[in-house]
Parts: sequence; structure tokens; C-alpha cells
Amino acid sequence: MCLGVPGKVVAIDGNCATVDFWGVRRQVLLDVVDEPVAVGDYVLNHVGYAIRRIPESEIGETLALFEELLAQDGSGDLMAADVRAEIAGTGAGPDDQS
Amino acid sequence: MTSPDPHAAFRELKFRDPVRARAMIEALGRLTAAIGRSPVSLMHVCGSHEQAIAKYGLRAVLPSALKVIMGPGCPVCVTDTREVDEGVALARQGVHIATYGDMLRVPGTVMSLADAQADGAKVHIVYSAGQAVELARRLDAPLVFFATGFETTAVATAAIVLQGLPANLSILSAHKYIPPAMDLVAATPGLAVEGFLAAGHAATITGWGVFEPFAARHRLPVVVAGFEPLDILAGLVKLLELVRNGTPEVANMYPRCVTRAGNLRAQEALWEVFEPATGRWRGIADVAGGNLALREKYAGADARRRYVIDVEPLARHGSRALAESCLCGSIMAGIKSPTDCPLFGAACTPEHPVGACMVSSEGTCKIWHQYGGYPDLGGVA
Amino acid sequence: MNGGEDRIGLKHGAGGRAMRALIEEVCLRGLAGSAAAGGIGLAAMDDGAAIQVGDRWLVVTTDSHVVQPIFFPGGDIGRLAVSGTVNDLAVMGATEVTALTCSLIIEEGFSRTDLERVYASLRAASEEAGAPIVTGDTKVMGRGEIDGLVLNTAGVAFCSRPVPDAGLAPGDALIVTGTIGDHGMAILAARHALSLDGDLSSDVAPINGLVRAALDAGGDGITAMKDPTRGGLSSALHEMAAKSRVGVIVEEAAVPVRPEVRAAADLLGIDPLVMACEGKAILGVRPGAAEAVLTALRAHPLGRVAARIGRCTDRHPGAVVLDTGYGRRILAEPEGEPLPRIC
Repeated sequence: MCLGVPGKVVAIDGNCATVDFWGVRRQVLLDVVDEPVAVGDYVLNHVGYAIRRIPESEIGETLALFEELLAQDGSGDLMAADVRAEIAGTGAGPDDQS
Repeated sequence: MTSPDPHAAFRELKFRDPVRARAMIEALGRLTAAIGRSPVSLMHVCGSHEQAIAKYGLRAVLPSALKVIMGPGCPVCVTDTREVDEGVALARQGVHIATYGDMLRVPGTVMSLADAQADGAKVHIVYSAGQAVELARRLDAPLVFFATGFETTAVATAAIVLQGLPANLSILSAHKYIPPAMDLVAATPGLAVEGFLAAGHAATITGWGVFEPFAARHRLPVVVAGFEPLDILAGLVKLLELVRNGTPEVANMYPRCVTRAGNLRAQEALWEVFEPATGRWRGIADVAGGNLALREKYAGADARRRYVIDVEPLARHGSRALAESCLCGSIMAGIKSPTDCPLFGAACTPEHPVGACMVSSEGTCKIWHQYGGYPDLGGVA
Repeated sequence: MNGGEDRIGLKHGAGGRAMRALIEEVCLRGLAGSAAAGGIGLAAMDDGAAIQVGDRWLVVTTDSHVVQPIFFPGGDIGRLAVSGTVNDLAVMGATEVTALTCSLIIEEGFSRTDLERVYASLRAASEEAGAPIVTGDTKVMGRGEIDGLVLNTAGVAFCSRPVPDAGLAPGDALIVTGTIGDHGMAILAARHALSLDGDLSSDVAPINGLVRAALDAGGDGITAMKDPTRGGLSSALHEMAAKSRVGVIVEEAAVPVRPEVRAAADLLGIDPLVMACEGKAILGVRPGAAEAVLTALRAHPLGRVAARIGRCTDRHPGAVVLDTGYGRRILAEPEGEPLPRIC
């Protein structure tokens, strides 16, 4: 069974969206997605159905959530200084796998 | 940090930055040390979480005092032998069967669907519920969709039922509902688990609110986590924080997909078509409300109503001797691990599986075996 | 049971553990007499056999091709048949092909136009590789007695030094000549059932010219070679590690994978490391020669993204460890393959 995989909607025809998963596209049905979906939206796909429209703002918010998690904890900074410096130095982009 | 470059924003959805991952792993070390107990056991209930943990090689770098155990999170593995026998019996009665790939080789009492197929039964693998519908339209014969999976997957089955199935298609539901099983496991006397990692995609449907009564009842923290490396690590960090602080609350570390209320439209579809029923979870025993059965209103779509499914010739055979040594039940309950089982890797391998845990891609044993049987590289590297 | 003790199952042809076991238990038994001393014979289960003839080595190999679909993005069974055999010879160190044979078994009812298309591909690939097809055979079987078309090719070539797949030593670098998993994914995507739409083409190509460039640059520094077909990089590395009795460490992030292949793999929950390649080679190279070999590969059109992906160690002999970038795990050998026939 397939994971839930995120992708970007590139076309919509009725209740069927064409979703781009970083270079391969697949048809995904919109019957049970929680919010109306438009071209350009990100959706989470599970066995052929979109089960969530992923708000783009959530990407930044999730990264912020991770930062917050590592920065606080009552007992001080969980992120070692060298790692923090590394993140600051690289501009904090996630790795490019290609 | 949403960037103006759409490709960069797109990539960020993947949350795979190794630098942040390393920071989180170090945080886990500090938290485990601060907690002071050894081991600190956390349980997840999702085959996809186990897959991701294994695939990314996380156990090799987690602090040794931290144990992340897989509970009953493999929907195919917990599909009862009798349910498999139902599928096999139908197949042998000459009905076409469509099923997700995992189900094909799960052993029933006597044989799996793959064995039935080798004997001439018509069994088709599908990758989506929609495909089962397309197949039904192409076939000029009765087709049964042997539908397995947790609530996330049941939503897709509900969607096709609501669309109206072609006349020749019916559903054999073996769908399961995970929260009652979590309850059962959490209530096990002597359970050493201190926190639960909840499945992010099931929670996308149900919302994280469903875990609040669970956390209160068992006084255990629950963190909802996603499946990218950073999602899992962040989920574990948050869970350890809650364990350390002694706070039995629910935290959502997958907000891009999970809200408190969940996907209401999907829930509507799910509960319109299905109702919770008591059913036997393979190796675990009866779970009240753990099965998803088609409602009376949709009896017309129910393969169990449409056909007389005679499993007696199969069930009569009783369990095979090897199957009695199978530890799948304890493994699925998180009490034992695959390497505790005398059959693991010897009499029981993916080529000749004894228990369902070795068949499904979400089964603990299959995953451990697939990734070499040494999730923490102990004794190897 | 499917593929149980007394029946051959699909997994026995899948290139993984089950197939090796079958070959060892059935095919090798009773087939005494391999090549003369010092040669590479049947028992080595290498990509081909090497027989000493005077001061040279005669390298021989054979392959049968049963791919479905016959025509796929990036190639077809004809191109595959030539490339497969040429590449097996090449990774044995024999890059100038003396001759190829080509036999066909055709199902009654097969389209003549399709057959002509396959032949055109065979000829084109043969010219591309400089590998003349000198003889062959043609048979037709009744409708339903065989699935469409089965091709067998055999190849012979001479070389001065055969390169086994068992020659790795601790410290050797592992270099792959390009992106992996392309062929396997292309075949999978060509199957209607998956409904995947994307630029997923096979990498099928004869790489004897590419391997020649590497051998010219690296000479004796190239200790082992293999082409990762069925079972992909994972299977090939396992064989090399086991036969050479070394451990292998692979850096996952260094393995070149096309974005489309990775995307498809993520969607399907499949590891690109176990997907077949049909235009790539893995080379074991002494550390001192690695840079020169990489430069030579990258200068060649088929080797532009050649990369060093790992190294050999004297620890954990036979085991392949994958550094994922987040952690480490064993790269397990693929077993029987539930996926469609891909080469």
C-alpha cells in the first residue's frame, strides 16, 4: 500500500486532478479532500484520493515548528552551536537529492 | 521560510535536511539522558512509520536507551485468518478478486490468494480503489474488491461505494480502525510503553482530537507525526519532552496535514458507509470497534451478503504446526520483536512466510528482514 | 505454495537470492569442468566466462530476453538484447566485440511490422556497439505457447585481462557510471496499471565504449566490474561483496538518481537501488586510480554523471551497509520480485 505522498496540482477536470510528484504525474480524485482545491495547490495523496489540501503557509510553519522544538526545552538550547552555525551558514535549505 | 521559488517550496515539503536531522538526533540523546531511565520505550502504530524508520536507518543512530517499538500498525498483518479464507474461498468459487498487492501472499488457514491464483483463481492486484472500479467495468464477470487497510484507506473504499459501484462489483471489507487497538495495547498490564507516536495519515482523516480521551484515560502522551525523516525525528523529540515533563497530553507535530477536527468530508464519507464492529485482529484477539463493516444501508455492496462464502473446507484444516510457533501476535502487540521469534529469517522468510508480519510491506518482520534483520546494525557495523 | 520446493516460480528469474540458489542447486550441479585453470568458469557465476587462448582471453556470454512490454520508452527488446550481451562482455573487460549471435522464438500471430521494428533496433544497436551479428536462429511456436517474443543473444570477444566481479579489495572505491533504476522504473511505468505519467525512459544502451574509456584510464587499478541489471545496484553490490569477501559501505546521497525516477519510487514505495539498469556499470577501483577513472567516464557522453558512491572495507565481509544521511542500515539483498518482468 502506498504512503501518503504530497504533490502539486497541475490540472483539474471535474473531480479528478492531475498531480505532479516532482516529475511524475498521476491522476488523483478529489472526492474526499477537506477543502476546495485549485491548480497550484499541494495535496496529500493516498491510494488515488487526495485526503488533504496542504496549505503552502504550512511549509514555513512546519520548519518554524522544528526550529522552535530544537531551540527550547526549558533546559536550554538543544541544538549544538556548530549545527546552528551550519544551518545559518547554508541559508537553511534542505538538501537537493538530485 | 516559504521561498518565492516554487521548486524550493516544493522541495521543502520533503523535509529531508540532514543537518536538522542531526540536531534532532542529538536532542534525543540529551532528552533520553535527562529522563534517566533505560530503556525508555515509545510505541508507534503505523507500518509506514516502521518503514520510514527502517529505510532511513534511524535505529542505528538513536540513543541506545531509547526503544521505538512497533505496535499493531500493519493492517494486512492484523487481517484475521478467517477473512483471508473468505477471500480465498470466493476466489476458488470462481469469483474474480481485486486486492492491494500486500494481501496476495498472506497465508490463510490453508493457502494465500497467491496460492489460489497459482491454482487458476482470478486474482488481480490494484493500486487504488478506483482501479477496482475500472477493472469491474472491463470485466464481464463478478468482481469482489477485498478491501484491507486502516481508516485512511477505508475512506477510498467509502468514496467508490458512494459513487455507486458497477453492478458486478461488491466489497469484502477487512478494513480496520486503529484507535480501539491502541486502547487495547495501552491497557495491557505491565506495559512499559511511556508514550505513543500516532500515525499521521490516519490522523489526517480523524483529526488529533480523537487521541485526547486516550491520553487522559491511560495518562500517556501522544504525538502525531508525519513520515519524512524530520517529521519522525521531531515527533520523537516532542514525545520525549512530554515524557520527561510527565505531561499526558496530545501534541500535533504534523500540522501541515493534521488538524484537531480532521478531514470532515472524508469522515462523513467513511461513517456514512462504514460502522465500527467487533472483530478479531489476527494474533491479538477481539478488538471491540476495531473492524469497519459496511452499514445495512449498503448491504447491496457487501460481498458477504451477495455470496455464500464457504470457509469451512479451509478452516477445518486447523493451524499448521509451524504457525503455532509464530510470534506475530506478540510482535504486533509490541511485546516481542522479530529477532525474538525462532522462525524469523529461518523457517519464516518473505519467500516462505509463516505469519502475516512477514508478508505485508508494513509488517514488522518483513520490514526488519527487508532491511537486513539488523535494524540497529548490532553485530554488523 | 507459489514457487515452492517442486515448482519454479517467477522469483527464480528475478535476479535475487532465489535465482542464485536455483542456479547453485540445479544448474551448477553436474556441470563439471569450467574453464582451464585461471579462467573464469561456470562456478564463478560471473557476467560471462573467460577462457585462455594462447596469450589472450576469450570471453563468452549469453542472455535471454523476455521483457514485457516489448516496446518501452527508451528502447525495445532488440536494443536490450544487443546491449545486454555487449555490456556483459564489457564488464568482463572485453570491450571489442568479435561477434554476436541472435536467436528468436516468435509466437504465432506476432505482428510482422513489430518484428521488423525489433530487427531494425537490433541492427542499430549492433552498429552502435561495433558488434556484428553473425549468426542466429528463428523458431515459431503456437499461439499461447510462448508470450510474444523471446530473444537470445550470445557474444564472444577477446581481451588481454579479464576483470571478474570478485576482485574487490578493502579500500577500493566504488564508482557507478550514471543514474540508476532508470530501466526498471521505465518498464514499471509502461504498465497500464500504475497510471504514472512522466519522463521515465530506459537507459538501455551498449556501454562498451564507456567501459573502454575507464579501462584505458584506470588499467589494473580497476579491480572488479559488474553491470547492475535485475535486482539493480543492490544485487550487484551484494554479489561483488560476497564473492570478493569484503564489506561495502554506500553513501545513499552520492548515488545518482534522476528526479523522475526518485519521484516514481517514492510514490510506489520502491527503492531505486533494487531497480534494474541496462546501460550502467559498477566499477571497483583502487583509490589511486579513482579520480582518473571518474574523469575519463565523465568525458564520455554516457558517463556524464558518473559518481563515487562508496568504498570497500575489511569489516562485515559480504554485507552492504547504506549510510542514508540520517542513519545507517543494511542494504538487504532483494529476494523474489513481485514486479512484472523487466528485462
